[in-house]
Amino acid sequence: MMTSKFWRTEFKALPLLVLICLTWLTFMVVVAFSADFIAPYAYSKLNLSDRLLPPVFFGGNVDHVLGTDELGRDVLSRLLYSIRISLLVAFSSTLISAAIGIGLGFLAAHFRGWVEQLVLVLVDFQASMPFMIIALAVLAFFGNTLLLFIVLMGFYGWERAARIARGLTISANEQGYAAAVYDLGASPWRVYFKHILPNIASTLIVSITLTFPEVILLESGLSFLGLGVQPPMTSLGNMVGYGREYLQTAPWILLAPSFFIVVTTFSVSMVGDWLRDRLDPTLI
Amino acid sequence: MLNYFVTRLGRAGFTLFLILTFSFFILRMTGDPAILIMSPDAPPEALDAFRKSWGLDAPLWDQYLGFLGNLLQGNFGYSMRDKSPAMELVISRIPATLTLAIPAFFLKLIIGIPAGVMAALYRNSWIDRALISLSIAGHTVPSFVLGLVLVLIFSVSLGWLPSGGDSSFKHIILPVVTLSFGGAAVLARFTRSAMLEVMGQPYIRTASAKGLKWRLVVKHHAMPNAAIPTLTVIGFMVGSLIAGAVVVESVFSWPGVGRLLVTSVANRDLAVVQCLLLLVGTTMVCSNLLVDALYGWVDPRVRKS
Repeated sequence: MMTSKFWRTEFKALPLLVLICLTWLTFMVVVAFSADFIAPYAYSKLNLSDRLLPPVFFGGNVDHVLGTDELGRDVLSRLLYSIRISLLVAFSSTLISAAIGIGLGFLAAHFRGWVEQLVLVLVDFQASMPFMIIALAVLAFFGNTLLLFIVLMGFYGWERAARIARGLTISANEQGYAAAVYDLGASPWRVYFKHILPNIASTLIVSITLTFPEVILLESGLSFLGLGVQPPMTSLGNMVGYGREYLQTAPWILLAPSFFIVVTTFSVSMVGDWLRDRLDPTLI
Repeated sequence: MLNYFVTRLGRAGFTLFLILTFSFFILRMTGDPAILIMSPDAPPEALDAFRKSWGLDAPLWDQYLGFLGNLLQGNFGYSMRDKSPAMELVISRIPATLTLAIPAFFLKLIIGIPAGVMAALYRNSWIDRALISLSIAGHTVPSFVLGLVLVLIFSVSLGWLPSGGDSSFKHIILPVVTLSFGGAAVLARFTRSAMLEVMGQPYIRTASAKGLKWRLVVKHHAMPNAAIPTLTVIGFMVGSLIAGAVVVESVFSWPGVGRLLVTSVANRDLAVVQCLLLLVGTTMVCSNLLVDALYGWVDPRVRKS
């Protein structure tokens, strides 16, 4: 998490960049929601007579702005749907990861003792294993569906949220406001979710913005290997994966999704850093 | 000191035990391996015979103890594809992986650490800015995109280097560069933060004020203290030497452990995946232990507390 400090000091003077990044992310979300309306073709529509057409400025035509792939499917349309799936996976998984982390962090801070030790051991275990390997093992054993894949990605990065939630909750419990609400007779649920959570939310949001781009990269990496999002569904990593077969003859199939992966992860990281500045400058 | 190591050793042992248990139960929870391997419409007698031969008819608890016992005897199961011992299959791939991983590891150190130190010393200069840009790229460009773009430039357009395979020295260059880039960026970033943190400390001012040459202040006062947080990152890199190249090996069709993992997952060759999980887990635990030991050695405060 040193990155935050690093970017924080360096990019303070660049709100324009943050603005551009925010615009890009808004654009991505709009695209994800409206893919059905703005995609010129269905993402799986084959057209074998129009195979491997180049993009419009490289000798192609306006019918297929970003060209077509080996089965004559429109790259732009596939891209739009891929953005939808990739963002869906990244958003849902990040939320799951935050929920797991916050839940376990609260449990540890509330019960202390052996519950806390158990949570800490799990945190250590998670932090010491490369997640990609765990993910691959689970996919090997359980097979793959979109739901399972999202849940699995949801186990990425929870340990960061858990550490933060535990630490902050322990100190919040010692502050006056939590004790006051307890004394008024509130249940622990009420104290944790209505009083402590809003107070520690800013730091948690910052940690979520760290997890989000990493989930995008993880998802696209696994899909690239052919082990993530499964055909006929498509995701950004998936497109790069099969576009690789046509690296020599049709590089546009993989360059377009690669560009979107890089710019999107970059934007989230930038916005995350800016948020950190705003919400919680003490977080390293 | 002894106490410190005993605690660490105990934790490492426990983590290893968790990994073993995780890999056992995840295998058993997937349902009946007999059906998974032989197909659901196999004759019931054949399924029973299979269960018996793999000890699957015993209670789960017995199976678990048997599994641990087998591991202690060096029996890691057999690949379901070619029936060879799974561990041998995995070990046969390790040299190829290390051929990439070790040069990449040193490249990361050689580039990452000096770059981080330089950036911290010349803070806000063009060196610093260039490093920041590069490390952001290292953070946001996935390795498969970088690898494929390098192939596009150096193999497809320029024709200087091969795009994949492992038959000559030239084949190593692109995968090693791809593998090092992200790691060097991460290392540079950590080194820079650690250095900046240390440079603001009073003892640096004191060392400088007593007339010590700046070069020596950096060498004897700043760098050893900045080494401590950097060690953690390096430890993680050592731990992931074996399995850190899953994606890059696939991009460059490199016949290493990572490719084996990907094909085994795709074929659902469970014994091999289990072996890999154990191997990676053990490497990770050992390197964490090593880092802890190094901490104690580098930083007297750690071993006294």
